[in-house]
Amino acid sequence: MSNSAPVKISATDVKVFYGDNQALHGISMDVYQNEVISFIGPSGCGKSTFLRCMNRMNDTIEHCRVTGSILLDGRDIHEPALDVVQLRAQVGMVFQKPNPFPKSIYENISYGPKLHGLAERKADLDDIVESSLRRAGLWNEVKDRLDQPGTGLSGGQQQRLCIARSIAVSPEVILMDEPCSALDPIATSIIEELIDELKQNFTIVIVTHNMQQAARVSDRTAFFHLGNLIEIGNTNDVFTNPQQKRTEDYITGRYG
Amino acid sequence: MTIIAENPIKAVAAPSQVQQKVIASLNRRHRKENLFRRLGLTAVLISLGLVAVLFINIFSKGLPAFWQSAITLDIYFDPQIIKIPPMPQQRDDESDNDFRQRHIEWQTEIGFVNFNRLITDSLQKILPDANKHRRDLARVVTSGERFALRDMVVADPSIIGQTRTLHLLTDANIDVWLKGNIDRSLPDGQQQLSPKMREWVDKLSADGVIQNRFSLALFMNPDSRSSLASAGLAGAFMGSFYMMLVVILLAVPMGVAAAIYLEEFAPRNKITDLVEVNINNLAAVPSIVFGLLGASVLIGWFNLPMSAPIVGGLVLSLMTLPTVIIATRSTLKAIPPSIRQAALGLGASKMQAIFHHVLPLAIPGILTGAILGVAQALGETAPLLLIGMKSFVASIPASPFEQASALPVQIYLWQGNELRNFFEARTSAAIIVLLLMMISLNGLAIWLRKKYEKRW
Amino acid sequence: MSNLSLIVVLLILMALGYQLGMTRSRKVATVNPDLRMHSRPHHYGMMVGLWAVLPAFFILLLWLWLAPAVINSMMLAQLPADVAALAADELRVVSQRIGNLAGNFGVVADAADWELAAAEHLRQLKANSALVLTALMAVIAAVGMLYSLLRITPRLKARHQVERVVKALLVLCSTVAILTTIGIVLSMLGETMKFFSYIPPGEFFFGTTWNPRFSTVGVGEQGDFGLVPLLAGTAMIAGIAMLVAIPLGLMVAIYLAEYAPVKLRNTAKPVIEVLAGIPTIVYGFFALVTVGPFLRDLGAAVGLDINATSALTAGVVMGIMIIPFISSLSDDIITQVPKSMRDGSLGLGATKSETILKVVLPAALPGIVGAVLLAASRAIGETMIVVLAAGNSPSLTANPFEAVSTVTVTIVNQLTGDNDFSSPQSLVAFALGLTLFVITLLLNVIALVIVRKYREQYE
Repeated sequence: MSNSAPVKISATDVKVFYGDNQALHGISMDVYQNEVISFIGPSGCGKSTFLRCMNRMNDTIEHCRVTGSILLDGRDIHEPALDVVQLRAQVGMVFQKPNPFPKSIYENISYGPKLHGLAERKADLDDIVESSLRRAGLWNEVKDRLDQPGTGLSGGQQQRLCIARSIAVSPEVILMDEPCSALDPIATSIIEELIDELKQNFTIVIVTHNMQQAARVSDRTAFFHLGNLIEIGNTNDVFTNPQQKRTEDYITGRYG
Repeated sequence: MTIIAENPIKAVAAPSQVQQKVIASLNRRHRKENLFRRLGLTAVLISLGLVAVLFINIFSKGLPAFWQSAITLDIYFDPQIIKIPPMPQQRDDESDNDFRQRHIEWQTEIGFVNFNRLITDSLQKILPDANKHRRDLARVVTSGERFALRDMVVADPSIIGQTRTLHLLTDANIDVWLKGNIDRSLPDGQQQLSPKMREWVDKLSADGVIQNRFSLALFMNPDSRSSLASAGLAGAFMGSFYMMLVVILLAVPMGVAAAIYLEEFAPRNKITDLVEVNINNLAAVPSIVFGLLGASVLIGWFNLPMSAPIVGGLVLSLMTLPTVIIATRSTLKAIPPSIRQAALGLGASKMQAIFHHVLPLAIPGILTGAILGVAQALGETAPLLLIGMKSFVASIPASPFEQASALPVQIYLWQGNELRNFFEARTSAAIIVLLLMMISLNGLAIWLRKKYEKRW
Repeated sequence: MSNLSLIVVLLILMALGYQLGMTRSRKVATVNPDLRMHSRPHHYGMMVGLWAVLPAFFILLLWLWLAPAVINSMMLAQLPADVAALAADELRVVSQRIGNLAGNFGVVADAADWELAAAEHLRQLKANSALVLTALMAVIAAVGMLYSLLRITPRLKARHQVERVVKALLVLCSTVAILTTIGIVLSMLGETMKFFSYIPPGEFFFGTTWNPRFSTVGVGEQGDFGLVPLLAGTAMIAGIAMLVAIPLGLMVAIYLAEYAPVKLRNTAKPVIEVLAGIPTIVYGFFALVTVGPFLRDLGAAVGLDINATSALTAGVVMGIMIIPFISSLSDDIITQVPKSMRDGSLGLGATKSETILKVVLPAALPGIVGAVLLAASRAIGETMIVVLAAGNSPSLTANPFEAVSTVTVTIVNQLTGDNDFSSPQSLVAFALGLTLFVITLLLNVIALVIVRKYREQYE
């Protein structure tokens, strides 16, 4: 991916504090439109924390403080006029553990669109549900049991349901926080293929523990260590020719 | 969280169609959000307010009752009225029993003395027109005070012939009148006090002869129906005390033992499941059902005495048992298995591991549960009514087998007294005493929990 | 010797046996230096102590159980023939009189010579019985102690014996809870059956009039024992209480669990829980002297005729009492809903209230239903508030502003009046109690099952 694509998210000097602990020490980076960028690094390096800054999910954690600026389409997401509800509708999120609501599959998908008033009629809603499930590659598996609880699906299906759920509100960016860590290899490969298709329409930021996965799915890769952004670049470059010693050590498995 | 935006806003892209719909919905949704949050806050404030209203109400009603109208009189212990032989001394050739017999006869003789005369004589000196209103005169001081005078003579016969300045409680109606708990503009027919009496009382009060004084009568005396102003909680307090003693001696050890067995030894099977469900249910059975059990089994079959604290204690023990078991079990559950394994690994038997290593760690939790159980039992009323404890008892019980009342039952009895103006405050005062006891028990439990709180 | 002093002596014996057992085991250990003692000295001590005391204690219990009947029949056997020929009822009166005479209590009317003789005989029998008991216990305690002392050898597993006894004690204690339940059911069932021999069950369960009348034994007039008005009153008051408690309790739980800052939560929660610890008699008094008159005046101000003691007064105050039951249980349940569920909803752009109403509460619903059922069972079984504030008027009415009566109030009234204990007027209390027990049991079981299922779901 060339750097000529427009910047979707631009972070400058983002610092995060949990109480007295500083979790991020001033991160600056750009995320380009319609790219897949992955964050890698050892546990506790701050990659998930930074991801959660992008749709202000850290708001839900008490004693958490964020400084610096994050621009979405050139607009500061912390600006008072920008509603966090609106932001999160624009920047969706998929979590580490599949977390479907204890409702039917249909209600899981229609939850977001209903909240935001995206569909005026039932037929519109049906369309959104179907297209979201199709784009998440789940339609054929569940089309006959839309009224059954989402919690009854397998782990991989649940995670795709969660992806479909966030697609349903037509976000522009999808944040994925280790989406495959709770899944078996087959389910993981299905999700990875899905990510590849989704990048036609969405900008995708994915946090992963799994370096092979980062190498397989992402255009660019950022390496985090102890709350610092050590290196960012095209995935190929980062993996084959890391500029930093620490990146190399991590990639070659010396720690992590 | 706080957000500090540092960068100025750059060029902003126009929102998409979806975004426009989202933005359109925002106002309505934030209104709902605020409404919901306010509803929650209101509910919390209402609940806190109710706690405040309840306490302020009870305390404002009850606190004045700790101070009672008392009249200051110079009582002349007139030998002409107190005509009794000297206090018997034990003779050398006399057995203890015979002496006691003689002493009791002497006391009985004192009982025949008209101590009320001492009071009325003294009153006559300060009330010039007293002679014309002898009936009223006899009703100024509450009738229970004559026994206080008698007790003074019994304790020290040399007082006869002397004059003492004493603060004596006035009649309950005088207390009501002076505290303004009755409408002064009511016609004579509806007033409890005669016009003469009211005149006296107002004058004595203005002269400072009758004053509002802190009175220990509420704490020292048993209940009384003849001398309402000196009715006290001592009898009920002892009744409650004996019952709590029974609960502590029965429910706590049995509950702890049962919990140890169920948690540490019992095999996991259908029967222990049933026991578990049974205990949880028993904890939620209405207390009055335990009263029925006491009435039919303890009194009906085992022929235990009615109204006795021992029966009340047994009933309350059965009621408290599940609470103690549940609290102890959850404490035991919270102690990590590693402690047991360490002891077992050193060659201790299971019994030793539990009694020497697990139980000492569980003691704070067990105590907390036990105290809360006792506090719950202390406030219980309904089952006690069914085993006869609502009967009027005018003495302080000397053992758990004698007739007695209990604090909450005393509250029940007093709230039903006809002299509402006087007993509404006195009942509130009794409630304050009960609440303070429960609060201190709960405070003790909280203190224990805080002091020994351990996170494993 | 009184029973209490017997028990004290037994305890002293136990201590003695403990000492002897310890000493003996140490001696045995020195005599056999090459053999290791199986247990520690104090185990041998405890074993000897138990052997000394337990058998004697069982004899004591047995004696206390059987002796009174035996002594009584021995005394009766010595009575003059014409007295002995009396009916069983009259004989009981006779033995009561003789018992009083023997105990130096007064009796009504002068005692006959034969009564005095029988009393003297009874006194003698009792003295003998106490003597025999004491001697028997002494012998058995001594034998037990000697036997166990002699048995002390290095191989004797004293600890196992002691632990077996302790374990038996633990088992015994844990059966008390079961025995209580069985006792409740059996005793109430027994009395209820007696009641149904006067009044057919159909009349009791479906009768719409409650008017038991006062009755002494043998009076023909029975009165009406219809349960329906009482149940209706109970349901109305519990219903009002739930109407007050559910919205308040639930909103309190939601606000404290989801919105309140930690400080507010840490103060408000225990303060509100104080409401659960206040004795119900206090609520009753509060309802009677404050809430009742307040509601009456309020009603008068808006033109409503509200009784000071009414279903409304009792229900409102009971609702206040129940708030913390609902708020605490619901709080626990709401905080158990996993955070990932909330994140999922918030991540989609839902507001906090949308998340709570559409995701958290539906997920917590079973648990909340359980909490509400437990609270309802509490409301139905509550006694003192309704005794003081519901007005005690057992009429079938749908007007909450009027006085009503409930099952619990009626139990108290029927058993604390001057009714004869075996009259239907008294016995009906047990039928009512059984009804109450069954209703609350059902509610509790359903609630406990639901709550337990819910807990398992998120564990």
